[in-house]
Order: sequence, then structure tokens, then C-alpha cells
Amino acid sequence: MKAQCDNIFFMSAVNAGQLEKGSASTVEAPIKEKETRSEEELDVPWQVVVHNDPVNLMTYVTMVFQRVFGYPREKAERHMLEVHQKGRSILWSGVREPAEFYVQQLHGYLLLATLEKVV
Amino acid sequence: MEICRQDDALQISDLDPFLAELLRQIPESTNPDGAPAAEARLFSRPSAEKKICAEWKSYVEPELRRLFRSATETVTDDLTQLNGNEKSLSNCILHIPIAHADAWLNTLNQARLVIAAKYKFSDEELNDHDRSPIGSRRDLGLFQVNFYGFLQEFILREISG
Repeated sequence: MKAQCDNIFFMSAVNAGQLEKGSASTVEAPIKEKETRSEEELDVPWQVVVHNDPVNLMTYVTMVFQRVFGYPREKAERHMLEVHQKGRSILWSGVREPAEFYVQQLHGYLLLATLEKVV
Repeated sequence: MEICRQDDALQISDLDPFLAELLRQIPESTNPDGAPAAEARLFSRPSAEKKICAEWKSYVEPELRRLFRSATETVTDDLTQLNGNEKSLSNCILHIPIAHADAWLNTLNQARLVIAAKYKFSDEELNDHDRSPIGSRRDLGLFQVNFYGFLQEFILREISG
């Protein structure tokens, strides 16, 4: 369970065998405590932030936002311009698992993206 | 050089030897070896939290490396069309299947980011698209970034309709 919670954003990279190993290595007594802590961590809202990068083309960044988040062109352009003008834009916020997945996708497109806890 | 859409492929024709060589250098230009700043840019930190970064390095970074390598291999295969006699380049046509467009976008982006990181180009330099002539290796690097960006723009226009 701990492995599932902690590594939730690496689901595409972690095979079932590794998850099973993680499960098997936990013991009865501390499980509850670790589960609770992990769930609390997961409950904290997270946000996906994209940072400005002078190399990536504006049209490219817009396309990536459309593809990754399914945003319509206008919304994707708004976020792109926010990144360009203000240095960063919050693209998405919510629970940790999808936030981590979005950041992974954005890195696949070579954008500067980070995962941040909502303060 | 001419670039156009031809059915389900992008077509680059009338290549002069200089631009053909820049195209051939795309895969090699994605290599960040010897430039920690370029490596750091390709595999940037996903978070300020150390634990997340450590897990990312173990699980996600290998996937990203595979993704980038696969895209570069596709581009390398397409570029074999340019192998041959330099004198015949004017008749040489580079066909890029639309199905390879994403691989080209990714590889061109890798190349642009690595070159920009290696030479530490400023925002002003990157926005100076009319800079000329090419008098140094650094100038050539900036020209490469702009030329590869031009190719990206064309590919983006064609795939977004």
C-alpha cells in the first residue's frame, strides 16, 4: 500500500512485480500509520505549474497544453501567454496522482513543469 | 530550400549542402554529453521536494530517456535519405511521413534545448532571428536553434491543420 501511495505517479514505469514486493515488505502494525500519512499527503491539493522557457516555441507550448489537458485552443493560448509574460502558469490542480501524471507528460514534451503543493 | 506538404508527408527539397548538413546534425545535436546544463534541461527537476525528485530519477527518467531516444532514432532513419553525393543534393528530397511528425517535433526540441543550454544563449540572442553573418561556432549554434525552430513551426502548422 505504501508503495502504491508513494509511487503513484510512476505507475506507468513501475511493474506489478515491484508493487507486489512493496506490499509484501510491509508489516501489520505500522501499516495503518503509514497508510494514514500517505492518504493525508495525497489529500493535499497539488498543482501542475509550467515555467517559462525562452527556447520552446509559443505554438509548440500551446499544442502541448491542448494535447495533455484537452484544453480548447483559446484556453491553451491563455496559459501559454501567462507562462510567457508572468514566468509561470498553474495548468491544473487537484489530487496528486493525476497531477504527477500530467507533469510526467509535460516533461515528455520537454516543457519545464513542476508539481507543487497548494499552499 | 523548399518545404511543403505532399499528401501524407512533409517534403523538403532544393537543399543546399549547408542546410543538408544542419539537418544531418539534428540527432547528434540532441546529445547533452559533456554539458551538465543541457542534461539538466532535458531532465529537469519535477519538484522542490527531494523525495519526489529521487523517485522521479528512478522511475520516470528512464522512461523519458527511452522516449527521447526512440524519437531521435526515427529522425535518424528519415535522414538516411540525405546520405550520398553532396552534388546531387539539389535533386534530393527529404520525405518526412506525417506519422513521424511527433518524433521530429520532439527531436528538434531536444536539439534546440541542448544547443541553447551549451552556449547559454540569452533571451535577446534567442529572439534575434535576423542575426548574421555566422562568424563563430556560437553563431552557428544560434542559427541551428532558429533553423530547427523554423522546421518545428512548419510541422506544427501542418499537423494542426
